[in-house]
Amino acid sequence: MIQVEQLSVNYGAVRALRDVSFDAPTGQITAVLGANGAGKTTLLRTISGLVTPQRGRIRLGDVELVGVATENIARLGVGHVPEGRGVIEELTVEENLRLGALSSKVNLSEGLDEQYARFPVLGERRKRHCSTLSGGERQMLAMARALIAKPRVLLLDEPSLGLAPQVTAQLMKSIRQLCDSQRLTVVLVEQNAKSALRIAHQAVVLHLGSVVASGDAATVAADEDLRRYYLGVVVP
Amino acid sequence: MHNIFGGLAQGVIYSLVALSLVIIWQSTHVLNFAQGAMGMFATYIGMTEIDRGLGYWWCVVLSVLVGMALGGATERVLIRPLYGKPEINPIVVMVGFLGVLEALAAAIWTSTTRNITEPFSQIYYQSHGHLVFLSPFVIFQILLAMGIMLTIAALFRFTKLGLQLRASALAPEVSRLLGVRVSRMLTIGWILSAGVGAIAAVIVASGSFGLFPTNMDGIFVAGFIAAAVGGLESPIGAVAGGLLIGLAEQFILAYWSPNVAPLGGIIILVVALMIRPQGLFSKNVSRRV
Repeated sequence: MIQVEQLSVNYGAVRALRDVSFDAPTGQITAVLGANGAGKTTLLRTISGLVTPQRGRIRLGDVELVGVATENIARLGVGHVPEGRGVIEELTVEENLRLGALSSKVNLSEGLDEQYARFPVLGERRKRHCSTLSGGERQMLAMARALIAKPRVLLLDEPSLGLAPQVTAQLMKSIRQLCDSQRLTVVLVEQNAKSALRIAHQAVVLHLGSVVASGDAATVAADEDLRRYYLGVVVP
Repeated sequence: MHNIFGGLAQGVIYSLVALSLVIIWQSTHVLNFAQGAMGMFATYIGMTEIDRGLGYWWCVVLSVLVGMALGGATERVLIRPLYGKPEINPIVVMVGFLGVLEALAAAIWTSTTRNITEPFSQIYYQSHGHLVFLSPFVIFQILLAMGIMLTIAALFRFTKLGLQLRASALAPEVSRLLGVRVSRMLTIGWILSAGVGAIAAVIVASGSFGLFPTNMDGIFVAGFIAAAVGGLESPIGAVAGGLLIGLAEQFILAYWSPNVAPLGGIIILVVALMIRPQGLFSKNVSRRV
């Protein structure tokens, strides 16, 4: 489980997160929703140690993550698929996957086989440079690269960005299946609130760096005011 | 044919210097203007042990180890505080460091040229009564340089360390998210680069050039041109650029005049920059020069 308590982050004079608190329970998907500039990406970057908070705590089980170096947080089992996917274009598909496995003790060939079975298109393109992949293929690679290390927690930043609606639907379904089959803790940052709420167990809504609502995903989805004012979902 | 051997012998040294520059550029985007001087300094420390009875090969090993240590220390002490600062800052610091190393070397070992007893004969072979620019030392020089280049290429291409070094240079933030210890990789990049630079300096000092505080200055300029010609992002380009410049200089020397031989590199650089400003082997679209 990831526990975030009273987390505050400033970029100079700009306050990006203000006293953010929530729990992301083990084996569940927690959707973090909000408009542009709400602080969603900053929240994930702070959990991963890329951003140092001014105040607050982040705990992974019994381990305090604030102050721990990013690479060590990854080695503790936190996989982070960043905004824009972070696929290294100059490397091949297989090299990207090998890189993902480096921080863990998984058997590399078994890990590769598992990911190629999960995403067969990656197996077909294993020797190709990532610059030749489509947006959907890059998203699959980013996911596979995070999953090959068998993380305890998966942080996903806007995975549907730039994908066609059909691909997005398939991706969201895969995330839910992964969570259910592997008891993976997922923190899913999405602007596409409708898609995210469909698969999430619970949701946290951010507005200008503060939590304005949190709770069961179905309850958040049913709240018309939240949907209208914070999530940009057109309410009929 | 003998000019080709002569050009290759000189070219592999330029290639080594260029390769060492490319390794550092790839990992930290710093142009190490002190690369030649660092190799010279390490060579002084290692090779002067010959005077105390240490064997040639042990002195070579010592020089390379000192060079590597100097590279690691330089990254930690001089370069690390400058990450994220304007690009001109590390350039100024390394130019200053070049001056410091050369002045220190002159103060400690004087500016007199020291001739190091080479491990192989430098007498050129003869063919049908004509000299061939090929001697046991030149063969050793070419084979050693080629061996180093192939080893570095294999390390980057086939090992976990090489993959982490490449990833750290290409995408440091993503690499950290994947558990790669990027700052350690940057130091290792400098250590490797300085080791390669030290080998180049040992070869230069062991040849007819000898060892003196500024003995790597001209070699560094040629190596820098080779790296620019091949593309600062391309190790293969660095090697090819070095060989090209070595051959060009040799042919100008043979058929025109020794005084204008260094022009070969400049002409190749100008032509290469006109055709492909990013370097002949670089995949990047453009870069500032």
